[in-house]
Amino acid sequence: MTLLTIEHLDVDLGGQPILDSIQLSIERGEIVTIVGPNGSGKTTLLRAIIGSLAPARGRIQRAPGLMLGYVPQRFHLDPTLPMTVSRFMGLPRRHAPGQIDQALERAGAAGLGRQQMRSLSGGQFQRILLARALLESPDLLILDEATQGLDQRGVADFYRQLETVRRELGCGVLMVSHELHVVMRASDRVVCLNGAICCEGTPERVASSPAYRAMFGHDTQDAFALYRHDHSHQQAPAGLAS
Amino acid sequence: MILDDFQVRAALAGIGVALAAAPLGCFVVWRRMAYFGDATAHAAVLGVALSLVLSTSILAGVLTTSLVMATVVSSLSGRGYAMDTLLGVMAHSALALGLVAVSFVSGVRIDLMAYLFGDILAVGKWDLAIIWAGALLVLGLMHWRWSSLLTATLNTDLAHASGIAPGREQLILTLSLAVVVAVALKVVGVLLIAALLIIPAATARPFSRTPESMALLAALFGAGSTTGGLQAAFWLDTPTGPTIVSLAALLFLLSSLAGRLTPSVMKTTRQ
Repeated sequence: MTLLTIEHLDVDLGGQPILDSIQLSIERGEIVTIVGPNGSGKTTLLRAIIGSLAPARGRIQRAPGLMLGYVPQRFHLDPTLPMTVSRFMGLPRRHAPGQIDQALERAGAAGLGRQQMRSLSGGQFQRILLARALLESPDLLILDEATQGLDQRGVADFYRQLETVRRELGCGVLMVSHELHVVMRASDRVVCLNGAICCEGTPERVASSPAYRAMFGHDTQDAFALYRHDHSHQQAPAGLAS
Repeated sequence: MILDDFQVRAALAGIGVALAAAPLGCFVVWRRMAYFGDATAHAAVLGVALSLVLSTSILAGVLTTSLVMATVVSSLSGRGYAMDTLLGVMAHSALALGLVAVSFVSGVRIDLMAYLFGDILAVGKWDLAIIWAGALLVLGLMHWRWSSLLTATLNTDLAHASGIAPGREQLILTLSLAVVVAVALKVVGVLLIAALLIIPAATARPFSRTPESMALLAALFGAGSTTGGLQAAFWLDTPTGPTIVSLAALLFLLSSLAGRLTPSVMKTTRQ
C-alpha cells in the first residue's frame, strides 16, 4: 500500500528554490533514508511532507486517514514553560499513564516520566521524541536526524527499535540521516538528495552510483566497506572522519 | 442584594479578569509575547477616543482597536521584522495617538485617568456582566484549544505533523488578548493590563511542573493580587489599579526568592 506520493514537488524558501521537481513515494513497511550534503533540502522535504511548508508547485498526496509520527531534530524549549516528560508525551492527545510508561520503556527511557524536559540530555530528549511519535501508532514515521546526540550504543539501540517498530506496527519510515554506515545497513531504499533527487534505490545500488560517490567522496568507500565487511562489529566510524 | 455593594462588585470584577488573564498570560510568557500584550492594551486608548468621537459604546471601540492592533502585530511577526522595535513603535504610537485624539473630543468631560489606571470601584452591575461574559469566553477558548495551543507553542513542526495549524492557534490567542484587554480596561487600565497578564504567570513559574499547574497557580496569584490589592488600597487610600499591580509584583519578588532557596525548584529553572 502506498502511504505517500510526491509528484513534481518544488519548494521555495525566502524566494530561493530549495527543492526541484521531487518525485517520491513511500510504501507501507518500508524504511527509506534521505542522504545528502548540508543545504541539500533534506529537512525542507520533510517539513513539506508534514505540512509545515507549502509547495510552490506539485503536490503531496497522503493515503486517506494517514497517521503521521514526526521526530524533529532537538528543539529549543523555552525555560518559562514547565513540562514534564509524561505531559509532553500526552501532547496533543492524552494517553493512559500505563501506555506512556510502556512507550518510555520501549524507547529505553523508562523512569524519566516525572523529569522536566529541559533537564534531559540530548540523547534522552531524542528517545522521548521517538517514544511520543510511536504513541500514536503512526502509519508513517518521519525522522529528521533522529539519532543526533545519541552515543554509539544509543544509535544501535535506536535502529534496533526502529526495526522492531516497523515489524510490529508495519509502518513506513522516512528518515534523514548522516550516519552513512548505519543508513546503508538499516534502509530498504536510499534517496540521494541535492536540491533534486540525484539517485535512488537499494543501498548497494546507490553506494556504487557515480552521483553518490561524487557527493560523498572517499567516505562512501569506507561506509560501504563497513557495510559489506564489518556489519557484525560495533566499530567506530573512523572512516567518516577522514 | 450582595451586588449592590461596590466593594463586592469590584472584587468580583477583579477575580473575573484575573481568571481569564491567567492562562492567556501563561501563553504570553511562554511565547515571549509580553510586548505584544502591551501594544494591544495601549491600542485601547485609541479605541476609547474613537468611541467618544463616534459616540459608540466604549467596549465596542476598545475591542475593535485592540483586535486590529493584535492582528496587525501578529501578522507582521511572521515576516522577519525586528519585532521589539516595531512593537515599541506601535505600542507607544497607539497610546500617544489615543491621548491626542481624546483631547480633541470637546464638550465631553472624560476622566482620562480612569482609562489609564482603571476605576475598579466604579464597576457597575452591567460592567460586571460584561467582564464575566468576556472572561468566560476567553476561559472557554483556552480550555477548548489548550492542547493544540500548547503543542503549537512547543514547536510548530510538531503541531503541523499532528494536524494542528499554528496560525489558527495564534489567531485564537490574538482574539483572546483583545477580549481580555477590553474587559480589563475598567479594572486596571491600559497601562497596567500587561502587568496583570505577565506577573501572575511569572510568579507561578518556579512552583510549576506542568503547564496546567502554572496556569492554575497564575489564576490563584492573580485573583489573590486583585482582591488583596483592593483591600490594601482601601486601607492605605491609594489608587486601586496600581495597588493591585504592586501587590502582584511583591508576590513575584517573594516567589523568585523562594525559587532560589528551594533546591527542588532550582532544578526546574536552571539551565
